[in-house]
Amino acid sequence: MARTLAGYTDRISACPGETIAFKVSAENGSKQYRASLVRLHCVDSHRDGPGLQEDAIPSAFDGVYPARHQPIAIGSCGVVPGGRAIAGLGSFSVTAMIWPTLSKDSPQSILSTLTVESGSGFDLSLEAGNLLALRLPDGTSIRLAKPLLVRQWTFVAASYDVETGSAMLHAEPLDVHAGFSAPQSVVARAARGLRCGGDGTFIVAARAAGANRFASHYNGKVDSPRLFAGALAAESLRRSIVEPLAADLAADLVGAWDFSRQMDRECFVDLSACRLDGRLINMPGRAMKGWNWSARWHDWKSAPEEYGAIHFHDDDLSDCRWETDFTYTVPEGLPSGVYAARLQGDGDAEHVVFYVRAPRGQPGSRAVFLASTATYMAYGNYRVMNRSNLYEMYLGQLPELVESDLFLNTRPEYGDSLYAVHNDDSGMSIGTRLRPIVNMRPNTTLSAFNDDGWIFGWFRACGIEVDVITDEDLHNEGLGLLADYALVITGNHPEYTSTPMWDALSAFLDRGGRLMYLGGNGFFWRVAYHPEVAGVLELRRAEDGSRPWEAEPGEYYMSFNGEYGGMWRRVGRAPNELVGVGFTASGFDISSYYRRTPESRDPRAAFIFDGVEEEIIGDFGLAGGGAAGQEIDRYDRRLGSPPNALVVARSEDHTEEMMIGKEDMPATNYIIGGTENPLVHADMTFFETPNGGAVFSTGSIAWAASLPHNGFDNNVSRITENVFRRFADATPFAPPGAESAEP
Amino acid sequence: MAFPILPDPSLAAEFRKTPLGHHSPQLQRLLRAFRTLPVPGKHALLRVDHARAWVLIQFNGVKGQPLTVHRDPVFTDWDEAEWAVFKLRWRQYFGSDVPEGV
Repeated sequence: MARTLAGYTDRISACPGETIAFKVSAENGSKQYRASLVRLHCVDSHRDGPGLQEDAIPSAFDGVYPARHQPIAIGSCGVVPGGRAIAGLGSFSVTAMIWPTLSKDSPQSILSTLTVESGSGFDLSLEAGNLLALRLPDGTSIRLAKPLLVRQWTFVAASYDVETGSAMLHAEPLDVHAGFSAPQSVVARAARGLRCGGDGTFIVAARAAGANRFASHYNGKVDSPRLFAGALAAESLRRSIVEPLAADLAADLVGAWDFSRQMDRECFVDLSACRLDGRLINMPGRAMKGWNWSARWHDWKSAPEEYGAIHFHDDDLSDCRWETDFTYTVPEGLPSGVYAARLQGDGDAEHVVFYVRAPRGQPGSRAVFLASTATYMAYGNYRVMNRSNLYEMYLGQLPELVESDLFLNTRPEYGDSLYAVHNDDSGMSIGTRLRPIVNMRPNTTLSAFNDDGWIFGWFRACGIEVDVITDEDLHNEGLGLLADYALVITGNHPEYTSTPMWDALSAFLDRGGRLMYLGGNGFFWRVAYHPEVAGVLELRRAEDGSRPWEAEPGEYYMSFNGEYGGMWRRVGRAPNELVGVGFTASGFDISSYYRRTPESRDPRAAFIFDGVEEEIIGDFGLAGGGAAGQEIDRYDRRLGSPPNALVVARSEDHTEEMMIGKEDMPATNYIIGGTENPLVHADMTFFETPNGGAVFSTGSIAWAASLPHNGFDNNVSRITENVFRRFADATPFAPPGAESAEP
Repeated sequence: MAFPILPDPSLAAEFRKTPLGHHSPQLQRLLRAFRTLPVPGKHALLRVDHARAWVLIQFNGVKGQPLTVHRDPVFTDWDEAEWAVFKLRWRQYFGSDVPEGV
């Protein structure tokens, strides 16, 4: 069946007493839907596990609701509510430095006061073929003869004189290329006396299309836009880019916007006396190299004046801004766990997933599961398979889609994942959950979410109660959130981590906490949550790692918090320091198994293998037939793996499709696959931390999908339960003796 | 190409026996050629009814454009679906069918 409903929540988790709002859209004409609460355990009915486990829970929001379509206005822009200062414009000049990135068949407005309803206002745009054009309220439209080059800084300017009707349009490339460097100008005569300020709203990178609606989104960078209430010459406007407050320009200055200020906010600052600060819609990229970037600085904080550009995209999306359909106040006594509002319309049910936490300060268990919501967000609405020629190479088998992927494929307005590129081929660096994440649902192909269901199913099968928190909770509340717990358990792929998350986990371990890292390729990318808008995060795919796109040189520092982005290993904190192992290889054809090492006989590790007689661990599973697969991690002293760690089992016999990470291949060579490269193995690792704590890491994504084998009765399950029982026990771990010191 | 990839029936036989798993260097090379065919028209599998059943789909490489779904045949074995696509690609790449008897 096809999907007909889509929804999201305002918050990802809630404690009892806190309220979550649900926002729903009918996508295929459904008139109504029935909403009910379910608690989720296993979320995969496809593979040979226990099937979808959703327990119906009576709730206050049970019932039938009217359904209606809620649109999504994708595309970013900047909006200046200028009031009379702009609405009153007759003569005007407008200018900016621009770096267009996409030539389209349809217009892309760069700077506009155009009001569609009244037809008043001006519009400086790129028309079909990347021709710079100016439209005036009387219908006069002038354009340059030659297209602007994409990815080239260009000074653009336009003006209109209300007394004479004279209009001017000018463009001048900043870079010198033989045959492409000449300035272009055109002048024309329009009607006199035109009112050019529209309704007083000045828009950067789009034009108005009704109240709070925008169209003709521009793709590319804009730097230093200026607006004057007078017809200035091009050379004066060129000077206004660097000297906007020059005395001889001041009399006409309406706005001079400096995008290098307040990078972490959704507003942008006007330097002029008018103080016409603007707000950004759908979070375009900030902290972007400007027209004057010198390459002397790579951190925008060192020279913000060289980072005065914003990169706008016609497919930016930070918030769908849907209306709320219903709310739910989490009642006292509802156990912490993974829940969903199950919405049943005409087609497949929609599950709007959220997390219920324990009451603050009143944990329901000594153990807490850390749901990898940053990772789910990073993969949210992943659909690169229809665009990338290398996707199947990466998989090593045919791509598998589900019906919801077809639904998503026809809805570009739902936005894409942090694995995608924008329409202009620049990388998607901002992700949001303030939209339906169609693949963060049961029975989808987002294994980071779906395969965490095997862990929840395993908790249930073992009769283990744990509390649940999310990445976002940990980011916001830090160590204090973990203080209630003795043990933190991760999902199968906690790949994306903010600095506060990392610091909280590290401090937790320093204080005797225990950590079970039941995954692979964890703690790999550093992300930043937006300081003001909950549910939005930023990623710069910086200089290394297996990347679906690369950040531009000089744009490795995140705008949300000024931190150097990219791989934690490149930041100088390899995951090996935190969890003993770090990413080494990926491959998605088949998985393999672990073989116990001599170190597994160390008395320190005896509790791990209690009741396990086999040498071979995990030669079964629902993810490629083995517990060691998909993405795997290795112990490596050079990367900071603790010297006291025991590698108690190591995987072997990986295929050539299991390939070493790019960061371990300083120069290209043929020795990259599992049959030849000696670094391609998963290391199951255990170590004690200084104050009685400990870490157990499986170093494999596929581990979780081996838990359900044989009704959860198998050596992967046994090892996991052995570690859980010991780690949940308050008895401190003794530090290893001196004989364990590094040789 | 100094060493062109030839339509060697033994490669088809090897793939049919082991669609996923360890492959000979020669088959790996052929699969790299198959797997990097252009996106428009490229085959993949669609899981149906949240079950162990799949049908063929084809990508088009165009954002927002519906994918082509072939509702028949339905495969209940992943390896059989891999084999079906392998045969289609063999024909596309070599201009001839997989030799009979493989």
